[in-house]
Order: sequence, then C-alpha cells, then structure tokens
Amino acid sequence: MLPKFSYIRPDKLDQAVAQIQAGNAAIHAGGTDLLGCLRERIIKSEKIVSISGLEKLRGVRETVEGGLRIGALTTITGMAEDPLVRKKYPGLAMAASEVASPQLRNQGTLGGNLCQKPRCWYYRGEFHCLRKGGNQCYAIEGENQFHAIFGHDNICVITHPSDTAPVLSALGAKVQVIGPGGGRNIAVADLHVPPRDDVRAETVLDQGEIITHVDIPPPPAGLYTSYRKVRARRSWDFALAGAALALVMDGDRVVRASIVFSGAAPVPWRSREAEQALAGNTLSDDTIDKVCRAATAGAKPLRENRYKVPMFRGMLEEELRKARLQEKA
Amino acid sequence: MEKNDHDDKQGNGYSRRGFMQFIGVGAGVVGASLLSPPLRRPLKAEDVGTIFPASEMVKVRLAVNGTVHAVLVEPRWSLLYVLREIIGMTGTKIGCDRGECGACTVLIDDVPRYSCMTLAVEAENRTITTVEGLMKGEELGPVQTAFVETDAFQCGYCTSGQIMAVEGLLRKVESPSPEEIRLGCSGNLCRCGAYPNIFAAAGKAAQLKSK
Ligand SMILES: Cc1cc2nc3c(=O)[nH]c(=O)nc-3n(C[C@@H](O)[C@@H](O)[C@H](O)COP(=O)(O)OP(=O)(O)OC[C@H]3O[C@@H](n4cnc5c(N)ncnc54)[C@H](O)[C@@H]3O)c2cc1C
Ligand code: SF4
Ligand code: FES
Ligand code: FES
Repeated sequence: MLPKFSYIRPDKLDQAVAQIQAGNAAIHAGGTDLLGCLRERIIKSEKIVSISGLEKLRGVRETVEGGLRIGALTTITGMAEDPLVRKKYPGLAMAASEVASPQLRNQGTLGGNLCQKPRCWYYRGEFHCLRKGGNQCYAIEGENQFHAIFGHDNICVITHPSDTAPVLSALGAKVQVIGPGGGRNIAVADLHVPPRDDVRAETVLDQGEIITHVDIPPPPAGLYTSYRKVRARRSWDFALAGAALALVMDGDRVVRASIVFSGAAPVPWRSREAEQALAGNTLSDDTIDKVCRAATAGAKPLRENRYKVPMFRGMLEEELRKARLQEKA
Repeated sequence: MEKNDHDDKQGNGYSRRGFMQFIGVGAGVVGASLLSPPLRRPLKAEDVGTIFPASEMVKVRLAVNGTVHAVLVEPRWSLLYVLREIIGMTGTKIGCDRGECGACTVLIDDVPRYSCMTLAVEAENRTITTVEGLMKGEELGPVQTAFVETDAFQCGYCTSGQIMAVEGLLRKVESPSPEEIRLGCSGNLCRCGAYPNIFAAAGKAAQLKSK
C-alpha cells in the first residue's frame, strides 16, 4: 500500500502551478513512475497534484515553421502512433514504441518520461545512497552491470532511463516550462543534471515548475533520424545500450551529425567525439569504423559492465550502416 | 450507463457485497469514517479543482462494465485494489503490483492499462472494462471463447490480463497481423509460457468478433 497523501486534480494550469508550489507536492501525470517512487519512499510527498485533467497539455500539433509542438501529457503511445511524428521524426516514433510495455505506453506521458527517476537498484531499494542524501554510491563497488560507462565521474553511475530524451536532445528540441516565476524554455540537452553538478537532482526544474510542451524545430532538408535500443527482453527493460541519430545528409555526405546515447551515462549522452568524426564525411566503411572507435574511446566502464563498450561500438556500426542503406535507397 | 447505479438503488453508496468486503479489508479505517460525518464528495473548489484530503475517504463514482459504483476510497488506493477489495470483482488479478507483469490489465476508455499503476481517483469519469464485462449474459464473450477453444492457458493466472490485452487490441485493430498480436500481448507475462496458444487465441478471437 502506498503511504498516505492528499490528492488534488486542478482543472486549470495556473491552479496546478499554485498547488505544486505550495508544500512538498509531487506532480502526477500518468503516474507510472511516480507510484513506484512513492511506494519505495524515493519521493516523500504528502500531496500529489495530478495534472491529468489539463487537456490542453495533450496532443501533437504542427507549428507555423513546420516543426512540432508536443503537449507534455501526450501519451507515449500517442507519440509513437502520431502521423506527424512518424513522418517528420521517425526516430522519435521508434524511441516511443520501445518504451516499457504497451500498457505503460498507453498511460505514461512525455513529460513524465523526461522527468522520471533513475532505475539503479540500490537507489530503488533500501540503500541510502549518495543520490538519496547518503554518503556513498553502492553501485561503484557493487553490482553495476547495468550502470554507466560515460559521464559518471565516479560519483553516481546511473544511466538515464528515458528512451525519448536522447532523440529529442539530438533533434535540438526544447521543453516549455511554466512555474511560479513565469515561463521559460530549456533545451532537452540541458534538462538533465550530471552528478558532478548536483548528485541529488535529475533535472534543472525548480519545485513548482511544470513542463507544458516540447517544441521540436522543423526538420531540415536531408534529415535522417533513428533510435536503436539494445535490451535483454523486448518488453519492460530499459536500454543496455541505445543510440539516437539525427543526421543531416547531402547526398551520401553527412553535413551535420547528432548522436546521443541511452543506457550510457547519468544523462542522455551526447557523443561529441562520434559527431566530430562523422560530420563532413561520407558514410564509408572507413568513416564508420573511425566514428565507432571515437565514440567509445573515452568510456570509463565499471567492473561488471565492460561488455557495454563493444556493445555500443557494434550497435553504432549497425545503425550507421542502416543510415547508409537508407540514403542509397 | 447509470441504469444500474448502486448509489441510486441502495442509497448508501454500496452494493451489499462490496460493503461487506470493505469492512473485511480495512475495518479500522472504515470504522473511523462511519463514525465521522456523512460521506464526503470530493470538494470542488473554483480556484483549485478536485481535492481529496489524505486523511479522509472520499466518494468517487467508477463506471465499471456499464455500472456506476459509488465507492469510498482513499486517494492512495489503486484501481486494482478498489476493483477487487471494495467492489468485489476479483476477475482482475494481482501479480507484481508494480507494472511488470500485466495480470491486472483492464481497459480504461477502451485502452489496456495496468490497474495496479492507476490510482482509483484517476479513473473517475472514465469507462472501465474488466474481464467480467466481456461476458455476454451467462455466455463467454468472443475473446474468452477463443482462449478456451485454443487452450491458451495452463495455470490461468495471467489469463484475464491476456484476455483484456487482446480485447483492447481488437477494439483498435479489427484483424491484427501476427506481429501486431505479439506486440499487443507484449505487456503481459505468462510464467507458464503459453504464448503460442495465446497468440493463436488472439487470431481466433479476431475471427469470432468479426462474425
Ligand atoms: C516496469 C516499467 C518499465 C519501464 N520501462 C521504461 C523504458 O523502457 N523506457 C522509458 O523511457 N521509460 C520506462 N519506464 C518509465 C515510465 O514510467 C515512463 O516511461 C513514463 O513515460 C512516465 O510517464 P508518466 O506520465 O507515467 O510519469 P509520472 O509517473 O506521472 O511522473 C514521473 C515523474 O515526472 C514528473 N513529471 C511528470 N510530468 C511532469 C511535467 N509535465 N512537468 C514536470 N514534471 C513532471 C513527476 O513529478 C514524477 O516525478 C518504465 C516504467 C516501469 C514501471
Ligand atoms: S549509482 Fe547513483 S543512484 Fe545508484 S547507488 Fe550509486 S549514487 Fe545511488
Ligand atoms: S499486477 Fe499490475 S502489472 Fe503486475
Ligand atoms: S497460464 Fe500460467 S501464467 Fe500464463
């Protein structure tokens, strides 16, 4: 049974902002992550503010510039099946359709997907680790086969759990946020907090701030997008290794490359090394090889997750070959 | 929808059965609330929305299989708990209680969801369908029939969840491809590994439905 909490379901956005600001309130969107966090006492709120009644935050629409504005309450299924998402950014639809299971996709929302808590088993279990305010990371010396190989700085070695964030980050999307101090927008690439900046925080959002929409810029000519997720089972499992590609192609030459990994680091992990090795080049075997080696050169695997290094390399190679085939077709 | 409203029929907000089970389950809590002032409706405040205080049970109306049940719930109760323990419909099964098995699958507005991961208060004003709601009077509905005819279970524990997943799929896609069936059932674990027959049952159910 969950701990006791009061529950408020506002009808309007400004009510929600006021309610979340007051007291130690937590936001409920689809609830698929929140309920588990409440049960495991990871989130200790006695007040739940459900935004599920805010219908205006639901749905996908095209912007005048030709990009998309996706409401934070749009379900993951809604994104996976949306014709505009599939047409403009197939990689985002792929990522959405790889999240969790059908039932969880029917309920989970985009906003919740971006703001979900990490899945480290010490953190979800009874360990009072660094991220929960304790004084040590249990995973660094412990069971870490599913943990990070990049960006952990030996502080906290979680991998960021979201499948949609890497694609949105690669596409240069921004979240629109509203809070007590008014509105602001934040690049998805800057939304998540690396452990060296603050090991207790997952996002840069302040208490009381709500994501209302995610804006994706219009797809440039020659945009190729994809998302690949390697995992143990086809349902439920989080990424062992994943990659979002957003490549701007001119014929068979890659003009611009964004490569963001999932299952890799405490935040969606932009591989600048891979991007640099790819930009300006054609997708030849030689380039692909260089890109894959560049991508994993800086990896800092832990005792039990060394397998991830060749896994990332192999997966990226397959993804780049697919991109090449697609361009030829 | 309201024709069988327990609330209207019996005046106290409960079916007899639901009430007895309610007492059985949380006697301490119920005792307290029976002594306190009359059942509270959720507060509807202009400037706030719907409020359910933590310490009180509040009446919500849940439309399950075409019947509106007015039930007293705590905000923290899952829809699964309320269906089974308060309303007394035990066709929906409890497995992991954490979104990882599918035994608790129900349809909410025709879409499969895990009732263990849904707060009962979130299901207010929605249409809920459980496996009991697929019966055609005393007869099994088409998806249930297909499961029986293709032997799509061994221990049967996952079955009502599987049936609801297939029902949800068929409400969306009339004649799904084998891949669509596999995906549609991918949120439901079967520890007995009856998958081949479950997939066959889904195909058969599509045929039975279209007749
Ligand atoms: C068994 C299981 C498997 C899963 N597998 C995957 C997976 O493979 N890939 C994946 O990406 N995810 C996975 N998830 C996580 C899943 O919960 C999310 O994908 C889902 O999208 C969360 O959305 P929600 O609306 O249910 O979030 P909620 O639970 O409602 O919220 C999650 C968090 O975000 C905050 N929040 C929600 N909406 C907003 C908003 N608009 N503004 C600010 N803060 C907000 C909440 O306060 C809360 O802390 C899995 C979850 C479970 C239980
Ligand atoms: S990896 Fe992070 S969340 Fe896991 S035990 Fe270490 S500090 Fe805690
Ligand atoms: S009991 Fe709900 S998914 Fe297992
Ligand atoms: S029949 Fe036993 S779990 Fe599926």
